[in-house]
Amino acid sequence: MPQTVLLVGTRKGCFVLDSDGDRRDWNVRGPFCEDWPIYHAVHDAESGTIYAAAASEWHGAGVWRSGDLGETWELSSEGISYGDNGARLSKISGLTAAHGRVLAGVETAGIFESRDGGATWSLLSTLEGQPGREDWNDPAKQPPGHLGLPAILPHPDEASRFWAVVQGIGIFETTDDGASWTPRNRGLRADWPLEDPEVGYCVHKLVMSPVDNQRLYQQNHVGMHRSDDGAQSWVEITEGLPTEFGFAAAAHPHDRDTFYVIPLDPGHGRCMPEGRAAVWRTRDAGSSWQRLDQGLPQRDAHLGVLREGLAIDSLDVPGLYFGTSTGQVFASADEGESWNEIASYLPSISSVEVAVVA
Amino acid sequence: MADLHLPTTLPPLFHGLPRRLEVDAATVDEAIERLDERWPGLRDRLCEPGPALRRHINVYVDRERAQLDTPLGAGSRVDVIAAISGG
Repeated sequence: MPQTVLLVGTRKGCFVLDSDGDRRDWNVRGPFCEDWPIYHAVHDAESGTIYAAAASEWHGAGVWRSGDLGETWELSSEGISYGDNGARLSKISGLTAAHGRVLAGVETAGIFESRDGGATWSLLSTLEGQPGREDWNDPAKQPPGHLGLPAILPHPDEASRFWAVVQGIGIFETTDDGASWTPRNRGLRADWPLEDPEVGYCVHKLVMSPVDNQRLYQQNHVGMHRSDDGAQSWVEITEGLPTEFGFAAAAHPHDRDTFYVIPLDPGHGRCMPEGRAAVWRTRDAGSSWQRLDQGLPQRDAHLGVLREGLAIDSLDVPGLYFGTSTGQVFASADEGESWNEIASYLPSISSVEVAVVA
Repeated sequence: MADLHLPTTLPPLFHGLPRRLEVDAATVDEAIERLDERWPGLRDRLCEPGPALRRHINVYVDRERAQLDTPLGAGSRVDVIAAISGG
């Protein structure tokens, strides 16, 4: 029976939750990574390695790695630096493992790559020359907790083609492994003045349908959006959701039209509206939305979920998982129809990823 | 030889690194270099580009606040402190 493994990145270390194929009973292991703040933990299906992006207030940024599903860990930051005269690198915000390498998005915004399983790293790109780059590297114009370049979405077939998200700026696509870039924000809404309509968008989460690489979705600061042409253009699909704001999103592994989001109040709270927990699903590419809350708390549940906080597995009946800013993990083994709380008292959760291993 | 005292957060990152050890070095920077030779990657945990000590790493030589270029005497006590932080 396959083993389902959840990787939970928290403010105080990485946790690993294990279950068998029925995904009902879960065992919690951790904290790992010497309790360092973890921004994003991922599983590389090709090598079986777990990578965890970390930043210690004391000891700087690094990537932890485990080749045995969390039993032992090693840390490396060799090569993750802009050099003695370069920009300060405060944290590693996001990781992507694909096509035999690992890519790390960092703050100050840039991308580093490792081709030796996370032992050493080298700078791949800082998106030099892209519109808005001077502004996004200006500390005076960055929000607290700035993530820089928090996400890299790989193309499933083309190793040199991927999309990078720059916080508060938008999406950029490269087809030549970072040598050149093109902004991919056409059609996005911005409720603020833009000097250059190509950039200035706050993309929280970008996902691609595993069965159609032209179909992408994004949860944006101001609305849900869909692309049917590989991110070249976007249409808004917010109507029917309780709020336009949220961080997390997930695409169904087998159906290009099914997609999940967790709407949040857009103000200071950034919690699920009215203290009632829910995940929302569309089955028609955003024409309509359904509220999924069976088994989720419906009173006094002021839960927040961050951009990497929602994951979906690849089993025939996919399971969904989300982790909250207050340390709960909820799981559904039936595509979101019903939910169980599988961990209650973890530290504040930054990321949830799921892997199905033999 | 300087008498070097390290914070509790450091030894778990490097196999065999003790909390306290003696190092033959003329400056704080050299002392960190000696440690990095034995435990590769350790320098990056204490220093950032510049080079400079990391923002929340404080070093004291014989109870005086020190920087990387602070000289060490024979028998200097060097305390590396992880600043009070977090919660």
